[in-house]
Amino acid sequence: MSFPALPLDKPVLYRVMALLAALLLIPLGNLLLPESSALHFSTYTVSLLGKYLTFALLALALDLVWGYCGILSLGHGVFFALGGYAMGMYLMRQIGERGVYGNPLLPDFMVFLNWQTLPWYWLGFDHFAYALLMIVLAPAVLAFVFGWLAFRSRVTGVYLSIITQALAYALMLAFFRNEMGFGGNNGLTDFKDILGYNLQQDATRDVLFAVTALSVALAYLAARAVVRSKLGRVVLAVRDAESRVRFLGYRVEMFKLWIFVFSAILAGIAGALYVPQVGIINPSEFSPLNSLEIVIWVAVGGRGTLYGALLGAILVNYGKTVFTAVLPEVWLFALGTIFIVVTLFLPDGLVGFWQRHRREHA
Amino acid sequence: MTTLLQKPLDSDEPVVGLHPILYMEDVTVSFDGFRALNNLNLYIDEGELRCIIGPNGAGKTTLMDVITGKTRPDRGTVFFGQTTDLLSLDEPAIAHAGICRKFQKPSVFEQLSVFENLELAMHTDKRVWPTLFARLKGTERAAIDAVAETIGLQNCRTLRAGTLSHGQKQWLEIGMLLMQKPRVLLVDEPVAGMTHQETERTAELLQSLAGQHSVIVVEHDMAFVRSIARKVTVLHEGSVLMEGTMDDVQNDPRVIQVYLGA
Repeated sequence: MSFPALPLDKPVLYRVMALLAALLLIPLGNLLLPESSALHFSTYTVSLLGKYLTFALLALALDLVWGYCGILSLGHGVFFALGGYAMGMYLMRQIGERGVYGNPLLPDFMVFLNWQTLPWYWLGFDHFAYALLMIVLAPAVLAFVFGWLAFRSRVTGVYLSIITQALAYALMLAFFRNEMGFGGNNGLTDFKDILGYNLQQDATRDVLFAVTALSVALAYLAARAVVRSKLGRVVLAVRDAESRVRFLGYRVEMFKLWIFVFSAILAGIAGALYVPQVGIINPSEFSPLNSLEIVIWVAVGGRGTLYGALLGAILVNYGKTVFTAVLPEVWLFALGTIFIVVTLFLPDGLVGFWQRHRREHA
Repeated sequence: MTTLLQKPLDSDEPVVGLHPILYMEDVTVSFDGFRALNNLNLYIDEGELRCIIGPNGAGKTTLMDVITGKTRPDRGTVFFGQTTDLLSLDEPAIAHAGICRKFQKPSVFEQLSVFENLELAMHTDKRVWPTLFARLKGTERAAIDAVAETIGLQNCRTLRAGTLSHGQKQWLEIGMLLMQKPRVLLVDEPVAGMTHQETERTAELLQSLAGQHSVIVVEHDMAFVRSIARKVTVLHEGSVLMEGTMDDVQNDPRVIQVYLGA
């Protein structure tokens, strides 16, 4: 039996490759062109754009469950943060003796807490491959357990949204505690290098950007293949008429669980790519407010389109960067206003607006 | 729409098959002390077309909920064929075994095309991973086209189901049941809100399906019931009041009393 392939159309593949090539010019411009050149991007810009791309990947993950399956998760930041912490733990182990206390075995915050040994759940994180496994596994297991309980009890709609929000809040409080062993409210920071490459070096930043761009492209293609498969149509059917799907003989909860876990893994990867580029992960990433912001990105871009989510995340975060530099106190009001405007006037987001405009003038 | 098999309707004798396919015995369902079904006994034969009527609150929808696994009875047995205990199965398993249900309110997937609606209903491996990697085979495509023709939607296959008329949605949903290779079709108020012409075509469609499948129709429209039914079951306060031909039923004093309150 040959491995059954998922549908993938060539024109889209070429378009994604072209876009990816264009994105890769950004780190190349940073690395190869002199600072005087108009096409030179500063390292700051490269890392900022890289951060936007990780948010785009996170938005893509949310769009899969919200836009396609109708599961409005108000806690997707949790999976992002878990992936981020897994990467952060690897980066902490890489510091080795170079910490403030110079302890070869324990990270600084553990020395500060007078801990003598590494907690068992930190074991293995000095290996990059193990960290990669945890980046995927930690969000996947949490999503599986949470989804298994919620979907089997047929919790849907607002109730499900509320418990996802509660999950985010509970984990935030837990990670704030020093005894948890994840650095308390300071989180994990002061990273030195990744796979032996100095994180402060331009080339490392450029490679991280390139890896992020590649991950977003691959995730987009994978997500697109999923939503265009028969499973994608079942998931869409669940969104629109759940009990009809059940009476057709599909185990609705298993389909929800699959897409939820897949989405959580993408969110975890996004978090893992985010941490080395911003240099810190702390419990505020679990904050319910962060998870709400993801919903706004997807709503602004247009849910149920995948590329709308990517676009929305990048645009809103660009707006956030500009606003917080110019009028920091106004940003949250602006964000709220954007959400209200989109809900009232652009229910299908920017992509939906543009599609309708094109249809009407075709 | 083609009529595949039409039995004479003028016969006074109810057509009774030899092999019962669905047994319900002593089924009781209560909601907060209210008995929606009360020691109900019902037997449906293979290939039979049965109409179930009864005033509001007689337990018609609860009956369907019990058969399809949506509601668990407090007491009683429900068997499909000789060996399948329906009370031990959940909704997807019952659907997979061949008991398919059409809802009262047309419920199709509005964002998907007519073809895709039928494709999702198709009897096949409906577990998650096989569904992810499913590719449509030529024979499956032909089966979908054949059902589209049976329900009169062969020219609307690429249309989004949301753009269909009310009657067409009802037919599409019946088509979706047919794609599931059903042995028993449960049809809840198929002609509610239909035009006279649509009602006639629906009657023709349901009659063509009986014989190859057992069809159970719950309906309020007496003219419609009269036009299709060979055997009618009257439900009242959660149990069977009587069974017989439409003429028997309409002349029965108990039925008249229940319906007219006289």
